[in-house]
Amino acid sequence: MSITIRNLTRRFGQTEVLRGIDLEIRSGELVALLGPSGSGKTTLLKIIAGLDWPDAGQLTVSNEDWLAKKAQERRTGFVFQHYALFPHMNVRENIAFGLRVLPAAQRPAEADIAGRVAKLLHFLQIDALAYRFPAELSGGQRQRVALGRALAIDPEVLLLDEPFGALDAQVRRDLRRWLREVHDATGSTTIFVTHDQEEAFELADRVVVMGAGRIEQIGRPDEIYDNPATPFVARFLGLTVELPVVVRGGRIEAEGLDISALTLPAHPDGPATLFLRPADIGLVPDPRGSYRVTELSSTGALLRLRLEGPADCSIEVETPRRLGQNLAVGQTVLLRPEAGQIFQQAAPRAIAHAA
Amino acid sequence: MQAPPPGALAPRASQFVPRLLIGVALALTAIFVVVPMAYIFHRAFAEGWRLFAANVLEPNTLHAIGLTALVAVLVLPVNIAFGIASAWLIARFTFPGRKLLLTLIEIPFSISPIIAGICYLLLYGRQGLIGPWLIAHDMQILFALPGIVMVTLFVTAPFVMREVLPLMQAQGSEQEQAALTLGASGWQVFRRVTLPNIRWALLYGAVLCGARAVGEFGGVSVVSGNIRGQTNTLPLQIELLFNDLNVTGAFAAATMLTLIALVVLVMKTLMEMRRG
Ligand SMILES: Nc1ncnc2c1ncn2[C@@H]1O[C@H](COP(=O)(O)OP(=O)(O)OP(=O)(O)O)[C@@H](O)[C@H]1O
Ligand SMILES: [Mg+2]
Repeated sequence: MSITIRNLTRRFGQTEVLRGIDLEIRSGELVALLGPSGSGKTTLLKIIAGLDWPDAGQLTVSNEDWLAKKAQERRTGFVFQHYALFPHMNVRENIAFGLRVLPAAQRPAEADIAGRVAKLLHFLQIDALAYRFPAELSGGQRQRVALGRALAIDPEVLLLDEPFGALDAQVRRDLRRWLREVHDATGSTTIFVTHDQEEAFELADRVVVMGAGRIEQIGRPDEIYDNPATPFVARFLGLTVELPVVVRGGRIEAEGLDISALTLPAHPDGPATLFLRPADIGLVPDPRGSYRVTELSSTGALLRLRLEGPADCSIEVETPRRLGQNLAVGQTVLLRPEAGQIFQQAAPRAIAHAA
Repeated sequence: MQAPPPGALAPRASQFVPRLLIGVALALTAIFVVVPMAYIFHRAFAEGWRLFAANVLEPNTLHAIGLTALVAVLVLPVNIAFGIASAWLIARFTFPGRKLLLTLIEIPFSISPIIAGICYLLLYGRQGLIGPWLIAHDMQILFALPGIVMVTLFVTAPFVMREVLPLMQAQGSEQEQAALTLGASGWQVFRRVTLPNIRWALLYGAVLCGARAVGEFGGVSVVSGNIRGQTNTLPLQIELLFNDLNVTGAFAAATMLTLIALVVLVMKTLMEMRRG
């Protein structure tokens, strides 16, 4: 099922939560909606499921107008962030729900339902939990049941709202791999919401970055990681060091910066802002360097340093501890960025640097 | 669900104050509740089973029992439906006037029932706002079953809603939304997801509502007109017998009401145990 979204807008009173979303998702694709809290990810997902309605725009699925269909007729599999399992039903009954509510003519026989549920339980590796109630399950187990309940109706579109949000890191990683397998096995078109970029990049075929009700960038994980399209995406993906630079004759010029290791696409002349990841900055001790180390702390694997540079600019960088053994507070260094992105004039941001 | 008892090494508090308070509570309960109730039964049976039976089976008393039961049977389903609908509306939607609706439904808690009765009198009475129109169309509301039912509906309106609302608010709408995406119709969502969540609260509210409907005195006494054997409900009949100085008769009728109250009490306790 391919999904086409055109100019979708949703307002809650005065606030525009979705401001013209355009999105095209191919059949069988696994897409991540990535964005900070409040950017409208859940709202978009609910509109696709028919649990919320836009104020304007179009939603077409396999050439059918889905805005003319009720949630019941869309038969999407929706997995809620907090699972929303039915507390008075055990695991089997939860999973069988979507089959039991079918009109009598389409409802499978009780034995078929039982067989289908058993198959799903096995597929989800929760056979042993069949007769437990949701209150007796761990978070990861509830998540599997919620997914099983959604898969029971054979959805061609699977929507997951922060499926691993409430779980610990190890369980998240396991379930991530497992969700990829589920997606590949069922062949559904899957959209999942997350605000964890690692999760989005590891799992998805394509990532949709959302910010304040707009789509900021769509692309393959590596593409987005290497070439964030807007300052917003750059900041969101951890390019938190922002340095004012000047481009002259295609060359970047800035005090205390050694850009020989940096390859960037051509950029028009004029003032610009260089966005860097704290870990992508090499530090070369140099008495003539214009950045001075003012703070230094260790997280075990990494050294975290605060540097003060020209024009009262203060930045935070990270470097593997074994590479930074010759660094000390008070020392002056040269910055040697290895990767980054340049934008014409970025809107200033509070924590980026005190210019 | 109960908290597990503390381990054996938990510090032991002095037992004096709790015991004193328990003793005082028991004594007060005995003085104010148990003794009067026991006395009702004592007086009712003081002159023997036969007379008790004769008093209960006295046509007017029997009619009052029947009328009271009829009122309860009519009021209960209406209030259950109304309570669920209003709680659902308030729990699931935000709309202008939502707070106001909640306050309005709770008014019967704070208004004396007799005021409700008087309002109905002013509205539907002979000189009332729509009384003449009713008379012209040969419709009798006051001093008849409709008036009694309406006042009782008013007085018992908040009971079901008040019990059901907190659970609906705690459940939130996500389970219902999940059911929708799984293809359930509106009725199936209610029947299989919403109702099981509120069933004990609903039953509990219904029992409270029923008990109140059966025992209502003030409002009904204004609109019923106290016609013996016609519009007297059980509480009114008891008062009438008492004023007639037919003490045994009054107590016999009162035992019926008390029995109902005891049954309700037992049901309520059982339900509270179920609800944990
Ligand atoms: N029913 C509602 N009424 C009013 N405002 C709403 C409603 N639902 C969402 N919003 C607002 O819409 C905006 C986007 O909400 P949404 O839940 O889509 O964000 P999100 O990207 O899913 O965030 P999160 O990562 O925190 O879940 C928020 O500012 C929120 O306050
Ligand atoms: Mg959300």
